[in-house]
Parts: sequence; structure tokens; C-alpha cells
Amino acid sequence: MNNAIVRARKIIDNYNGPHMRIMEVCGTHTHEIFRQGIRKILPESIEMISGPGCPVCVTPVGFIDEAIMLALEKNCTICTFGDLVRVPGTEDSLQTARGKGANVKVVYSPTDAEEFAMQNPDKQVVFLSVGFETTTPSNCIAVKNAIRDGITNFSLLTANKTMPGAYEAMKDSTDLFLYPGHVHAIIGTKICEDLVKEGVSGVCAGFTGSELLTAIAVACVKYQEGRPFFVNCYPRVVTEEGSDDAKAIVSEMMEPCDAEWRGMGEIKNSGMKLRDAYSDFDARKKYALPHIDGKANPACHCGEVLKGEIKPPECPLFGKVCTPEHPVGACMVSSEGACSAFYLYGQG
Amino acid sequence: MTDTITMAHGAGGKQTSELIQTVFKKHFNNEYFTADDASVLPAPKGKMAMTTDSFIVSPQFFPGGNIGKLAICGTVNDLSCMGARPLYMTCAFVIEEGFKVSDLEKIADSMEKTASEVGVRLVAGDTKVAGKGQCGGVFINTTGVGEILPKANTSGAYAKPGDAVIVTGDIGRHGTCILLSRDDYGIDAEVTTDCAPLWKPVEAAIKAVPEIHVIRDATRGGVGTVLYEIASESGVGIHLDSSKVPVADSVRGVTGMLGLEPLYLACEGRLVMFCPSEKAGELISVLQGFEDTKGAAVIGSVTSDMKGRVVMSTEIGAETLLPEPGNELLPRIC
Repeated sequence: MNNAIVRARKIIDNYNGPHMRIMEVCGTHTHEIFRQGIRKILPESIEMISGPGCPVCVTPVGFIDEAIMLALEKNCTICTFGDLVRVPGTEDSLQTARGKGANVKVVYSPTDAEEFAMQNPDKQVVFLSVGFETTTPSNCIAVKNAIRDGITNFSLLTANKTMPGAYEAMKDSTDLFLYPGHVHAIIGTKICEDLVKEGVSGVCAGFTGSELLTAIAVACVKYQEGRPFFVNCYPRVVTEEGSDDAKAIVSEMMEPCDAEWRGMGEIKNSGMKLRDAYSDFDARKKYALPHIDGKANPACHCGEVLKGEIKPPECPLFGKVCTPEHPVGACMVSSEGACSAFYLYGQG
Repeated sequence: MTDTITMAHGAGGKQTSELIQTVFKKHFNNEYFTADDASVLPAPKGKMAMTTDSFIVSPQFFPGGNIGKLAICGTVNDLSCMGARPLYMTCAFVIEEGFKVSDLEKIADSMEKTASEVGVRLVAGDTKVAGKGQCGGVFINTTGVGEILPKANTSGAYAKPGDAVIVTGDIGRHGTCILLSRDDYGIDAEVTTDCAPLWKPVEAAIKAVPEIHVIRDATRGGVGTVLYEIASESGVGIHLDSSKVPVADSVRGVTGMLGLEPLYLACEGRLVMFCPSEKAGELISVLQGFEDTKGAAVIGSVTSDMKGRVVMSTEIGAETLLPEPGNELLPRIC
């Protein structure tokens, strides 16, 4: 173990402050916390809660239904990240829709989808644009590329989300946030400082075992002082200002909108959609999609899991009918989902 | 001969024999390579091992190797895992119409070089041509027969509590190399395959340490999958020390970016070995004497508890379960 880990473990092992609930908001954090076995070394007085930070998990049922409608009724080719293919919609997932004739192509970046559209002018290509501040800029770049290349058979079905909305919705469910380093590398840390003024504490963390443990140790020290705090424990990547380039392209092309989060309902101004100037690339407008209210499996407790109200094993479906091979809820599909992490690391 | 493979090369007539003469016979010629319907071979003295494998990798040429080298190494290494000296191999090609003859020659040339490195003879072959779009370039099947060393007694069911768990080099390179060669991710990194025939180090290892209980080739599914197989077949637990698992910096960088676990990425020149812990030092020093196994290291041990499971001690000093294999490898999206 390196020195930073030894120091952090000493602080954590000796923590004797009040009970502290730390919500990791980022799916990559969730996964890494399990992979490193961090939950197992924490004293009882420190509790980790997995929040709503996996973009696949919070994508609402209706979004999958919209994608399937585009594929089956509007004859579009859907390009998507692989995780989304198995996420259940109201009746079908994109995977089962394939069996009914839906064209679904897995890509690794939105620009690949744009290139695919350019190479296949006879196909109407729709990219499923999900993700947080880290992913949204590349979705905008794909649209920019489409304009540059003069292609008209490419559009986005957007369900992009922003973290500050989630913080606002979740701030009463936790004592402090473990802020996601990647997101704050883009948006900076001003939002975290502002939340301190509202009495919301947090630490911003990187993704290695050492970085995560250090951030938790810092939280232990600061939490005992009894005042709201924010500490950037990932300064080699995260700055106060964030990335101006990434923020500029997003604000040029997209604007905030209300957004539905799976299991959590609508959160005001927590989503991003293309501005009117880019309507030709907005699949909802281009194909005049009706509003679809998706219906989640009523037995699925993903919503409570995403809000940190229950732990995955408390869901009656967990590990029985809902497994990574046969997921009922989105949190079991994505490798970043809390249910999937609990299941894979044997903590059911 | 034409520059590309046509359907006529698979029709059994003049062009088929031209292909066999100019490409295959040229490279695979030896005293047992036959024009008859089957080759006639002297029988080995002891017990035999036999195995078969098919190769459909895309792309067919990648840094450090190609599908031909892979097709020889895969079967040679499978035989080696049973302590069997590879003697004879057959190979069957399914070639897509339009495939370049010059590429086929490169593949055959690699096969010849790799086979002669090991001393295995290619004794029979088959060629079929599939129509354009029916197969991706070239598919190869190889079948091999080997003679088991008198001292060898290995099986995935023979792991015992107290055994040391060894890998013969850094892991996950072939899988990472292929991911990068497919260019789906837009990542530039130099990762060459670990593809190598391992009979020579295995022969030396078994001669020096006949108590080796398990040897297994960590190909598709990687070292993690192999460990779960052995834990289950032997009814034991396996404890891994993650800090001891050798991973090249370039592989760690790429897999870190994509959120992939190197323990689940394919290797094509790495074996997992189990032997009594007191013999581990000797085994490692024998393996380290060979170029392709010079990175051999002890990565863990066999336990009598946690049967069927692989537990890992992590960077922060905690213990956690290595997730069971079986899920599709998906790069993370944020």
C-alpha cells in the first residue's frame, strides 16, 4: 500500500465522529468502490450510498419506448452505446425489438454514429444521446460534424442530464456528496461551493483506490468539525473553472430543460436539449414523436435504489428474477449500476 | 495464379491444386504432409492428447502476429497444458472469395515458422472457399495431437489448497491489442499481442517440477475466467493478490480508460499454473529462463474456503470478490 493509502486508512479506521452517510453520485465511483472493496473496510459509522449517477440507469422507460418507435415505426437505424441495448422499456428493450425488425447498431462514440450516417445516406440514423456533462460535449460535436459534412440523415434523441439537478434532488438524502471528478473537470467546482452555502457538504474525488480513500478520509476529518464544507481532492484534474471549451460548445448548441429521471420523476432544469437552431438534428422534432409515458415494471425498485433509500439486496427481485443476465431494472443492466455492482461483487 | 482467391480455388479442380502447391505445400512440406486422403503417422509411445480449435479473429493481421500464428499457438498451447509434446497438426481453411493470395501466403508463412519453432508437423489440410460476405476474410481450424510426457499429470480438477497460482507473463495484451486494432475507440497506444507457442517452457517446467497440478491456457475470457473454471472444477477457493498480477502499463492505461478489467481480457501466450507453494520458486526460475515466459509471477494461492470463488486483495488492502465472468465486455460511457 502506498503512503497516501496508509494515511487515509488510519484516519478512516480511527473515525469516531457522528454517523456519516456519503453518497457517491457517479456510476464509475460506485463500480470502483466495489472493485477496491472500500465498503468492507469502512467502520459502521460511515455508510456509502449509491446515488443516481449512472446515465444508463436514470434514463427513463419512455426514452427506450421512443427509440423503439423510431426504429420500428419511423424506420430509423438506432445507434447507441452498448449498455442501453438491454435496458427494459415498457414492453421491449432495444435488444428484443431487434427480433421484431429494429435496426440497432452499437457504437463507441457519437462521432462514429455520424460517420455511419455519412456512409449510409439511404438510412435515417438516430443516436441515443444520453449521459452527463462528460458525454454531452461529444454529442454536440457529432451534430457539428454532421453540419460540416452536410448530412441530413443524422439526428439525436436526447436524454442528456446535468448533475446539479441531481444534487438538488438528492441533497436531503445524504450527509455529504462524493462528487464525480470527471463531471467537475468539465463544470468546475463553483456549484459545490454554492451548495456549501446551502449547508450541503461534499468532497470531489478521483477514481483510483488511493484517490477515493483519500477523499473519504478528508470527509472524515472535515465532517467532525461540524460545519458544511467542500474540498477538491482531485486537483490534478478538477479546477474551479472547469473546461471552457466543453462548456462553450454545449451552451452554444443546447439549452436546459426539465428532465425525467427513472424512478425519480421530473427534475426541473436537470436535462439538456438541442436549441431550436438545431431542430433538424432533434429526432423528436424531425420525426414528430408523440409524448410517450413509459411504464416501468411495478415490482422494480430501481427508483428507491437510485435515491439511496434502499440498498439493492432489499429489492425483492434482486438476484432472483433480476440478474445481469436477465435484468428487470436499469440498475442491473449497466456495469455502473448499483444493483449490478452489488450482484457482481457478491454483496447480495 | 490470380492475386485473389476465387470460388474456383475451392472447387477441387486445377486451381485448388495450384493453391495447395503454391501456398500450402510450399510452407507445410514435411515427410508426413500427404496428398492422400489421410496421413499415415507413427504412433506415439505413451498416452496421447488431442485437441481442436477454430480461429475467426478480426482483424486477421495485428501488431505482433496474425491469425496463422494464432492458429498454431492456440492448439500447441492447449496440448502443452496437458503436458503433451505437440507432434502433428492438421489445418482447415475457410477463405472468403476475394481474399488476397499474398495475405494467405503471409499467414501460411507464419504458421510454418511457428510450427517449426515448436517442432510440430502440419500433416494434413483442407481448403474451402466461401462466397463474398459469407465469412470474414479467412477462418482457420487446427487440430493437434501430442504425446504426454511420462511425468506430466495436469488437470483443471487437480488444484489443491496451499498451491501457488502462477501466470507466465503480463496479462490482457492480446485482447487489448485486438480492441485497438479494430479502431473502434480512437485510442492510439502501442500494444502488441502476447501470442506465442509455449511448449518449450512448459516442457522445461514439467521436467523440473513434475508436481505441477494445473496448467491452463488463459485465452478467451482471460485469466479471471480460467481461475473461476479451476476453482469450480477443483472445488477450491482462489485468493489473488491484485498488486502481484502483472499488467503492462500500456494495457493498464487503455483498460483504465475504457473501464475494462485486464483479468478478463484474452491472452494468447499466457498460461496459468498451479503447483505446491514450496515448488513455486523453482518453477518461476525455470519459466523466467524463456523469452515468452520471462515475466512469470506468483499471483495468488489456493484456499480450502470460498469454494468456487476467486477473492482478490486490492490496492487499498481490502478483500473483494473478483466478479464472475460471463458478462459482455462493454466500455463505460462516462
